Amino acid sequence: MGELEQQQPGLDWEYAPAPESRAIVQLRDRYGLFVGGESVEPVSGEWFTTASPATEEALAEVAQAGPEDVDRAVGAARDAFTSWSRLRPAERSKYLFRIARILQERSRELAVAESLDGGKPIKESRDVDLPLAAAHFFYHAGWADKLEYAFPNRSPRPLGVAAQIIPWNFPLLMLAWKLAPALACGNTVVLKPAETTPLSALLFAEVCRQAELPAGVVNIVTGDGVTGAALVQHEGIDKLAFTGSTEVGKQIQRELAGRQVPLTLELGGKAANIVFDDAALDQAVEGIVNGIYFNQGHVCCAGSRLLAQESIVEPLVGKLKRRLSTLRVGDPLDKNTDIGAINSKAQLDKITELVASGESEGAELFQPACELPERGYWFPPTVFTNVAQSYRIAQEEIFGPVLSVMTFRTPAEAVEKANNTAYGLSAGVWTEKGSRILWMAEQLRAGVVWANTFNRFDPASPFGGYKESGFGREGGRHGLESYLRFDG
Amino acid sequence: MTQTPTVVREFEPFTPRLGRVGAVDAVALEARAAELAKRSIKKASKLAALELVVRMIDLTTLEGADTPGKVAALCAKAMRPDPVDLSVPHVAAVCVYPNLIEPARERLGSSPVRIAAVATGFPSGQYPVALRVADARAAAELGADEIDMVIDRGAFLSGRYAEVYDQIVRVREAVGDAHLKVILETGELGTYDNVRRASFLAMAAGADFIKTSTGKINPAATLPVTLCMLEAIRDVHLETGRAVGMKPAGGIRQSKQAIQHLCMLNETLGREWLTPERFRFGASSLLNDVLMQIRTQKTGAYESPDHFTVD
Repeated sequence: MGELEQQQPGLDWEYAPAPESRAIVQLRDRYGLFVGGESVEPVSGEWFTTASPATEEALAEVAQAGPEDVDRAVGAARDAFTSWSRLRPAERSKYLFRIARILQERSRELAVAESLDGGKPIKESRDVDLPLAAAHFFYHAGWADKLEYAFPNRSPRPLGVAAQIIPWNFPLLMLAWKLAPALACGNTVVLKPAETTPLSALLFAEVCRQAELPAGVVNIVTGDGVTGAALVQHEGIDKLAFTGSTEVGKQIQRELAGRQVPLTLELGGKAANIVFDDAALDQAVEGIVNGIYFNQGHVCCAGSRLLAQESIVEPLVGKLKRRLSTLRVGDPLDKNTDIGAINSKAQLDKITELVASGESEGAELFQPACELPERGYWFPPTVFTNVAQSYRIAQEEIFGPVLSVMTFRTPAEAVEKANNTAYGLSAGVWTEKGSRILWMAEQLRAGVVWANTFNRFDPASPFGGYKESGFGREGGRHGLESYLRFDG
Repeated sequence: MTQTPTVVREFEPFTPRLGRVGAVDAVALEARAAELAKRSIKKASKLAALELVVRMIDLTTLEGADTPGKVAALCAKAMRPDPVDLSVPHVAAVCVYPNLIEPARERLGSSPVRIAAVATGFPSGQYPVALRVADARAAAELGADEIDMVIDRGAFLSGRYAEVYDQIVRVREAVGDAHLKVILETGELGTYDNVRRASFLAMAAGADFIKTSTGKINPAATLPVTLCMLEAIRDVHLETGRAVGMKPAGGIRQSKQAIQHLCMLNETLGREWLTPERFRFGASSLLNDVLMQIRTQKTGAYESPDHFTVD
C-alpha cells in the first residue's frame, strides 16, 4: 500500500536509435545525363559532387550539363514528341500507371535516397513524399484518355517540349507534380532537378527505363543555375514550368518576355496560420508545428507566420513551446527523427542571417534545448514572439524552421494582417465555426486555404499562388490546362 | 443527501468553467495519435518499456463467473508474473468485483500488489445514487486500495453535468483514503468533445485517475481517446499543478499497443507520468504478450504461448 505514495521519479526513457537501412540504395559513383533514354556523359566534360547535408559525406558525382547538353536533351524530346503525342491516349495512360506502380514498389529505396541526398527525415519521405509522388502519377494516368471530357468542345492538344525546373525541398514529389500532367497531356519533357538534390531524379530515370517509357519522352539534365538558364534560353522549348524562389522566377519571366512560351511559376510564400480563440488548441498546435517545422520549414507554403487571437496567445504559445521540446532533431535516416538536416550550407547561412536580424530588430527568440550533430547543417526549431509586422522575419521568406508569432483582435484584423504580404500561396484558419472558415476563405488572398489542418496535399486539388507567389495551377483539372493548347 | 458537495480546493465551481473546457478537433487528434503510434522502439528502450508496462498493469477479471479460486490464481500471477524469470516485476494491482476483495486480500497478504475494486453499479451506473455511493463505501470498507467508479452516462448525455459532478464528489467522500479512478466509458460518450468535458468534470470533482472504459463496451481504449484524456490531464496540471493519473482499459492486448500508449504518454505528459503512480493499463491478456516479448528481448527467440501460464 505504501509503495505508491513514495513518489518515485518516472522512467527516464530514451528511444534507442532506429535507423532505416541504407543498404537498400545502390548508388553508382557517377551519374551521367538521361537523354534519349540513355545515360550519357556530358559534352561539357564537367561533373559536380552531391553530398549528404546531414554528414557532408559525398554520395556521387553528377554531370554538369552545359548548353550543348541541354540542346541534345531538347532535341531528344523533340524527336520523341511526334510519336508520343500521337500514341493512343489509353496507351499513354498505361505508361503512367506503370510508373506509379514502380514508384510504389521501389518506395523504400527512393525514400532512403531522398533522405540521404536532401536531409529530410525518413518518416516524411516514406509517409509523405513517396506516397504522394505515386498518387500524382496514378491520378494523371486516369486523365490521359479523358482530356476531351475535362475540356469539352475545346479540342485539347499537347504543347510540345516542356522544360521543367524543380527545387530541392521535395525533389521527387516536385518531379511527379511536373512530369505527370505533362506526360498525361502528351508532351515530352526536359527536366532539371536542383543542384543539391539530383539523386532521386536520376533514380527516376531508371524507373522510366523499367517502365519501358519510349526513349526521349523524359530527359533529365543535372546542373546548377547555368544549366537552368541554358534550358530557359533554348529556342526549342514550347513550355516552361518553374518551382523555386521568387527572385529566379522573375528572371525567368524577363527572359521569356516576347517569346511564345507559356509559363507557370510556383514561387515563394509567407503564409499565415490564423488561430481563433474558439479553436481546438492542442490540435492547432499540431497544425502550427506541421505548418512550419515539416521538412525543416523548407516548404514554399509553410505557415511561417502565426497569427493568434490576442485572448489565447499565451496558452497557445505556452503549448507550442512545450511541444517544440518534444521534437527530435537529428539523423534523417532514424525513423524517430522529426526534424532533419538543413538542405545546404547556403540555406543554413540564409536562415542564420535572418534569425540574427529578428533578434537585433527586437523580437524574442525561443529555441528548445536540443543537441545538434557536429557535422552537417542543422538549425533548431525556432519561435519568435513580440514580432512586429515590419520586421524582416515577418516579411521575408526564411525557408527554414523559424516561426514568427503575431496577434490580432478581430477577424477583420486577421484578414488584413494575413493579406499584408507580397506573397499569397497558402493560409490556415483554425476555428470551430464553419461560417467563419467560409468567410475567411473568401477574404484571404491565397491559392490554398486550409481549415483546421495545414500542409495537406492531394493530386486532385489545384495548388498555386496569388501575387509574387506565382501563377498557374498544378494538380486537379486546372493543372492539366497548363500543358495543353486549345484549338476550339 | 443534505450535505453540500465540497469542491476540490484548486478548482472553482465546475459549471462556470464549462465554457473554457475548449474544443477537440477529431481529425487532427486522430492524425496526431496515428503519428505517435509510428515511433520505432527498439532494443534497450523496448525492454525498459515492457518492464514498465508490467509494473503499470491492473490485472483484471470482471466476470459473473469469477470465484475465489479464479481470483487466487490471478493474484499469484500478479505477484510473480513469470515464474521462470524472477527479474520480471510484479503488476500494479488486481482489479475485481467487490465480492472478491476478501479472497484477493487473503492471497496477496502483505504483497505490494494493490487491490482495485469496481463499484457504483459497475458497469452501467444505472442505479439510485444512494445505492451507488453505498456500493463504493462497502468496497472501501472491504479493504480495496483503489475504487474504479463509473460515471452516470445517462445524466451526462442528457446534459445534467452538475449531477454527474455531485455524484463523483459524494463517492470521493464515501471512499475515504482509497485511490479513486473515474471511468468515463468513452465508447458511450460519442465525441472527443464529450470525452474532454467528462475528463475535466471528473478531475474537478476529485478523481485521482481518469479511466477510459469498463471493458464491457466497444470501442474501449483507443489511442486517440487516450491522447484526448492525456491532453486534458496536462491542461489541468499546467493550470492548477494537480497531477491526475490515466488508465486506458479494454482492448489493449498486445505489447505493441501498450508501447504506443507509452510513447504518447511520454510525449504528452513526459517523464513524471512514466510511473504506475500516474499511469495504469486495465488489461488481462496483455500481460502474457508482454512477458513473451520480454523473453524475446532477452533471448532473441520467440517462445510458444504454452510457456506462459494461463490463469
